[in-house]
Formats: sequence, C-alpha cells, structure tokens
Amino acid sequence: MKILTEHIDVPNIDTIDVFMKHGGYSAVQKALKKMTPDEVTEEVKKSGLRGRGGAGFPVGMKWSFLAKPEGVPRYLVCNADESEPGTFKDHYLMWKSPHTLIEGMIVSSFALGANTSYIYVRGELMYVINILEKAIQEAYDKGLLGKNILGSGYDLDLFVQPGGGAYICGEETALLESLEGKRGNPRNKPPFPAVKGLWQCPTVVNNVESIAATSWIVNNGGDAYAAIGVGRSTGTKLISASGHIKKPGVYEIPLGITVEDFIYSDEWCGGIREGHKLKAVVAGGSSVPILPAELILTTAAGEKRLMTYESLSDGGFATGTMLGSGGFVVMDETACIVHNTLTFAKFYHHESCGQCSPCREGTGWMDKVLNRIEHGQGRKEDIDLLVDVAKKIEGNTICPLGDAASWPVAAAIRHFRDEFEWHIEHPELATKPGAVFMRKGASWTK
Amino acid sequence: MSKIVFPAETLELVKKIIARYPDGKQKSALLPILHLAQAEWKWCSSEVMDYVASLLSISPIEVYEVASFYTMFHLEPVGEHVIEYCRTGPCCLMGGVEVYDHLKKRLKINTGETTKDGKFTIKEVECLAACGWGPVFQIREKYYMHLTKEKVDEIIDELSK
Repeated sequence: MKILTEHIDVPNIDTIDVFMKHGGYSAVQKALKKMTPDEVTEEVKKSGLRGRGGAGFPVGMKWSFLAKPEGVPRYLVCNADESEPGTFKDHYLMWKSPHTLIEGMIVSSFALGANTSYIYVRGELMYVINILEKAIQEAYDKGLLGKNILGSGYDLDLFVQPGGGAYICGEETALLESLEGKRGNPRNKPPFPAVKGLWQCPTVVNNVESIAATSWIVNNGGDAYAAIGVGRSTGTKLISASGHIKKPGVYEIPLGITVEDFIYSDEWCGGIREGHKLKAVVAGGSSVPILPAELILTTAAGEKRLMTYESLSDGGFATGTMLGSGGFVVMDETACIVHNTLTFAKFYHHESCGQCSPCREGTGWMDKVLNRIEHGQGRKEDIDLLVDVAKKIEGNTICPLGDAASWPVAAAIRHFRDEFEWHIEHPELATKPGAVFMRKGASWTK
Repeated sequence: MSKIVFPAETLELVKKIIARYPDGKQKSALLPILHLAQAEWKWCSSEVMDYVASLLSISPIEVYEVASFYTMFHLEPVGEHVIEYCRTGPCCLMGGVEVYDHLKKRLKINTGETTKDGKFTIKEVECLAACGWGPVFQIREKYYMHLTKEKVDEIIDELSK
C-alpha cells in the first residue's frame, strides 16, 4: 500500500504535467471547490494521522489548536529541516516528487486559513531547494498558487526558506526563530506556536511527510486512511533504512507490519548483509534508544514487535524504543556499539544550541568520556558517570534535544554495558577507533 | 576580494527575497542572503556581513551572531572546493571512517584545513540526511554518495584538473 510514493519512480514525476497526469493536484481541486476548511480539518482528524517528524502528535488535533483572532494572519510552516542521523525520508520525497509536498501545502494551508506558507528546508539540501523552487513556479503558472486559486477565492503564496546548518532548527520554535532571521534557539512554551508562532502570529508547524499525506486524505477520506495500519498507528509511514542491510533506502510501509518482516523481507530491507547476523537496531533516528536484536524483534510480552508507535515503545524505555522519525539504522555483529554511541554523542554535542546548561555542558561531557573509552583511556567509573550525566540532562532542558542526546547513551549502556566494560578493561585492544569485539563462548575477543 | 556589492541581477533577487516576508520583517531574509553572499565571495568576511546588514537595515552584530551560529557559513577563507563529509553513525557504519581517512591522506590535510594550492578544504558535517546512500560528502550543491576510496580518487582527480 503506497500513498506518498505510488508514482515516485515515474519518469519526470517532478514536473507538474506528469504529476497531474497521475492524479496530482486533484486534492486541491476537491478541497478548494467542494469542501470548507473545517471539513478538510475534520477528515484529517478522522484519519488519525500522527506527526511524522518524530513526536507522533495527532495532526488534526494540532490544527484545531490554531488560534483564529480576527485580522491577524495565520501561517503554515513545513518543517523540512531533516537532519537527524538515520533519517533521510523527507530528503527523498522532496527530491523525487516535490509536487507531492506542494499539493499537501496547498490543501493544509487552505484548511488552516493561511494565505502565506513557508517550507523551511535544511540549507545543505540546496539542490532540493532548487527543485522545490522550480516546482512552486510551475504551480503558480498553472494557477494552483497565487491569487484566487482555481477561481475559489482562496489566495496562497508559498516560499522556500533555506536553513543554515543547525539540527536544532528541526525543533519547531527554533525553526521559527531561524525563519525570523535569528539564531535557532528554542523558545519557552507556552505560548505554543498555535497561539504565538511566526512573528507572534498563530502558526502550525508540520513535518514534510505529514503535510504530504493530507492530499490523499482529502481525496479518499479520513476513514479510508484510518483503515490502514493498526490501532492508533494509522496510514503509511516512510522509513529511512540504513546500515548493514542488503537494500538501504526509503520505504513506504503500512504501519503494522512486523519489524522482522521489515528487516528480512525482500520487499523491504532484504535481510542482513551476507554472512552476518543482526546485532542491534536504532528504530527511529539517532535520538531514540537502541535495542539489541532480540528486543527489536520481540515485545516484552513475547509477541512479534510491529512497526507502530505503540509496539516499538512497548514496555517503556526499559525494553522498548520509539518509531520516532522512522530513521531505521541496522547494525550487524561487526558494529562497535561504543563507537556508534560516540558518533551520536558527538553529534548532539556539536548540535546543542548552548542555551541550557545541562545540555550544553552535559553533551560535551558525554562526548569527552565516550571519546576516552573509545581510545583505550577509559576509567572504571566512566560507565556510571555517563549514566549519571545522561540522567541529569534528561527532562532538564527547554527543548527535547537534551532528551535526544541522553537516550542513546543511556540505552547503549543499558543493553551493551559489557561492551563498554570490555573497552575499558582492554585498552590495548580498544585503541583503534571502531574496534569491534565479538562474544565467543564466555570470553570476549577482538 | 573585489568590491563588496552584489551584481545587479543578484540585487534584484535580494529584493524578491525580502518581499517574501511582511513589511518590517525583512530580517527573515538573512539566511537566504547570507547564502547568496557566500556563493558570491566564497566566505563571510566581516566586510561581507556588514554589507548584508546594510541590505537588510539591521545592525552588523545581528548578522555576526547568526552567521557564527549556523555551520554552513565559512567565517574564514576556504579553498576553491569545500568538501563537507558526513561523519555521523550511519555513514561510519558504511565504511565512512576509512573513506574519509583516505580523503585526508590523498589531500595531505586534516579536517578544517586547506591544501597549500588553495584548491581543497575539508570540513566535517553532522549528518547530510543521506544515510542510506553513505558514505557521503557534499561539494557546494552536489552530493557524492556511496563513496569508496576509488570514487574519492576519481572525484579529486576530476576537480584537480
């Protein structure tokens, strides 16, 4: 079942004529000519669509929080600042099929009563920005953007805003600060963007994938979308699959398939690369807890784990993880957990905006301690020190970057403590960055 | 460096960019215009940033604090080709460590340095959102994916011509 990527391999689907030949912009026709904004919102609510950027908050509910004071403009801002290690689905969608996003932007902006909307794209993706700019111009030329779209009386201007290279701008309030031409420092909440967002006006910030899905929902109805998936995990989800699998790439899955199927089926990842076996998975982008093979495949109750928001978080952080952004990083037995944890810790240290002390200082501390363990200079007490620092960051920062930095470190130690101990106890073997050890019987060898 | 003024065509584009935002909110154009400035002058010197401030009628410090926050803006001179390699987990899993080591050996420079002939600068990037196609690096707007040592050599050979 494909909703967003059904036509993604059609030649020239990035051009508006080919896109329209395959049913593109029919949702704009339907929404603007046959529906009211409230009716569009109602269908999105019925669909059960949850935010695809990572948090999983219901999109329709988020829209319904939007304040609507008279005489004050409202804005829709698309969060296309995808920059979490392991996650590259929005990049893929915008690159291959820019009109899928633009159509969703028009439908969603109409529902929210926004007359100006922005797509905030991470600056590194300048070539994707050029693709979007071209596609937007095509939409203007067809009368799908601008004044009185399709004679409906609805006006919408759509612009692309490049970022400057800061992961923190994926946090919605930091993104808004950045869009206002400032450093990307997250704001204190409340007030939430729905009340005071861009230039202190009511604003909805949604992920690329969430916005793109609204066109299908308008065309087919919220109930049809809700019929796909399992429980509160409705619809399809783009998964960015990377690491030691046979077929890395972006896959659109119906929520609810098993993790085992996703990893081993030829339809998806095609299994672990030849001659190796599954060791661990980071299921939802670098910020979510890593799970060893047995726990990623099976829930606490002993059932097969599903690719859903609920099943992946089953049992809380002790046994579960999160669907997050769908950044699925697979590791076989050659992966060094210490090295991998260090790469993530360095990332969060580098990307901390520095506003909150626990995050600013704590991420640096974790980076430093992990670095010395990795290079054979670890101390016995370092493992508990890392756990302690991670605990002191979690929940003590303005934005979720602190949690995102602490969870991967805490989970890696929780599930692979022996690997950290091995690095500390065998400095002579651990001096090569990325040194991997494997369990042979009861002993550890390089 | 030539005189710090955008060509007429770029100045027209600057006007269009500023018009994307409501009256009085022209500061929102700062990141797009900094990108244009860097494309024009290769790096963001204080003179370039002062010029950007004047275009937006904001104070120079407002430009400095933004340019220094975002990693894409070069605050020091760089080489003709800036190679920005992704050093995060997924790229490392796919052999990035070895590939990037090879790149440094080939160019005889470390991360953050520029070759003596001014041709290449190497910088680290925290994730290029191309994890399934790693190892990866970027040179200006172009992504180079599925890198191997041999591919790195080919790219360097081509750019060295």
